Amino acid sequence: MGSKHVNHIEPYSPQFGTMIPMGGQKFLRTCVLWQIVRFIAINIRMTILILKSHH
Amino acid sequence: MARLVVMGGGVSGHTAATFARDMLGSDHEVVVVTPNSQWNWIPSNIWVGVGGMTKEEVVFPLAPVYEKAGIDYRQAKAVSIHPEGKEDAETPYITIEYTDEAKSGETEELTYDYLINATGPKLNFGATPGLGEGTNLGEHTVSVCTADHAEHASDELEACIEKMKNGERQAFLIGTGHGMCTCQGAAFEYIFNIEHTLNEAGVRDMADITFITNESFLGDFGMGGIHFKMGGYATSSKVFAESLYAERGMDWILGAHVNKVEAGKVTYESLDGEMDEQEFDFAMLIPPFAGVGLKAFSKDGSDMTDTLFAPNGFMKVDANYNAGAYENWKASDWPRTLQNPTYKNVFAVGIAFAPPHIISKPMSSPNGTPINPTPPRTGMPSAMMGKAVALSVVDMMKGKATEPTHTASMSEMGAACVASAGKGLFTGTAAAMTVYPIIQDFEKYPGTGRDLNGTTGELGLAAHWVKHILHHVFIWKAKLKPGWTLIPE
Repeated sequence: MGSKHVNHIEPYSPQFGTMIPMGGQKFLRTCVLWQIVRFIAINIRMTILILKSHH
Repeated sequence: MARLVVMGGGVSGHTAATFARDMLGSDHEVVVVTPNSQWNWIPSNIWVGVGGMTKEEVVFPLAPVYEKAGIDYRQAKAVSIHPEGKEDAETPYITIEYTDEAKSGETEELTYDYLINATGPKLNFGATPGLGEGTNLGEHTVSVCTADHAEHASDELEACIEKMKNGERQAFLIGTGHGMCTCQGAAFEYIFNIEHTLNEAGVRDMADITFITNESFLGDFGMGGIHFKMGGYATSSKVFAESLYAERGMDWILGAHVNKVEAGKVTYESLDGEMDEQEFDFAMLIPPFAGVGLKAFSKDGSDMTDTLFAPNGFMKVDANYNAGAYENWKASDWPRTLQNPTYKNVFAVGIAFAPPHIISKPMSSPNGTPINPTPPRTGMPSAMMGKAVALSVVDMMKGKATEPTHTASMSEMGAACVASAGKGLFTGTAAAMTVYPIIQDFEKYPGTGRDLNGTTGELGLAAHWVKHILHHVFIWKAKLKPGWTLIPE
């Protein structure tokens, strides 16, 4: 994967010191089929969190 | 018949009152005292603040809901607590001052057998000169803390967009308006919604967007930072948050104590002690929180506010307030039953309880100015505290127990946070984060202090869908519509 999806980042700026998502990652964020899977996963994760939190 | 009085009708107070009412039956009385006539689903104020929702979509009137539930609703603010009663009557009581139009300014004494303090925060705009919500206190900044504030913020944003469409470049400054603020998450979500809205309006290239925060690093969130389980790594929230800002071309200012706001300019002190300025055309700065200023009096009428409340105005509960230095802090310092140690029939939930200490590492500038986030205790944790205390109080009122039977320690509960960027079903992306437990417990979870199986973060449309569902489900629940007790906090 090339870097065509990454905008210019000024070297040595604070923004230069972190990770930047590339095309594949950005695609998955809005890919409806994949997001349906993630929707189910997030809901399961939150349900477990809630169950663990009530005492 | 015994009487439970709940002071406050926000997330924690409403949860406590409605569950107590549901479980107590008609043998006991539940009274809610709140100065507000409407309930507000605060997380969606962010969408109101960018014109994505109307105020009417995030609020509803409390009176009909409480009438239907059989809750005695007083639209009034609590003024003082008298936990020992008075010299000629031992029944404890609070004094209230009505805020509704019909009885505005009238005061009354309201006796109680059990008292839950869920008064939430005083939005302490006055702590920073010039900071405000756009009207009374400060005309230079806006706020999204209430639905009315958010509506005003949206109008101001719209005006900026019009200027940009006419070729005038605009500077946006979003963040915290004081060195001791909490709720960085709200500012975090708002800045991404601003950026998304400007993109949608086709004027993003005309905007300079800067985040200013009292956090010493992005992603501290008042919780000392978080490590998420991501892609095979325990990834710091610093990297996660910085990535979000960098991807969107937004700048950030860290460790800032905003000490003055003027027209188009804030002055701030940094953790290194330097004073600096930042100009803006649009600024949304969260105010610090304080207790609402309740007083407490003993039987003979002498002031005993110090017995019930910490100096910051929040109520003392079963926390360890003598934990000492940061190095000595433990998860077990945090309260479990939320019961006042002196008066066992008094509890505090949500923002109203006094934390034992902050969660983030305490920091201050060389000038001695404290600059660190204070602990977040809104939303999901607030509601869980409200329910746990309601269950304890119900057991005590029914004579089933003499001590609290349920606990809700922030060191034993998790939190879910969905921070949106836009609200479209197929556009924009939101961050869905879960944290367990909220308070780092390095004895139980050596390494990051949290359970990595329960501490996660990801970006995507799915989180938008979750946020939409939460909006509708929690308003449904708060309106006590069919099945409301089945919806978890």
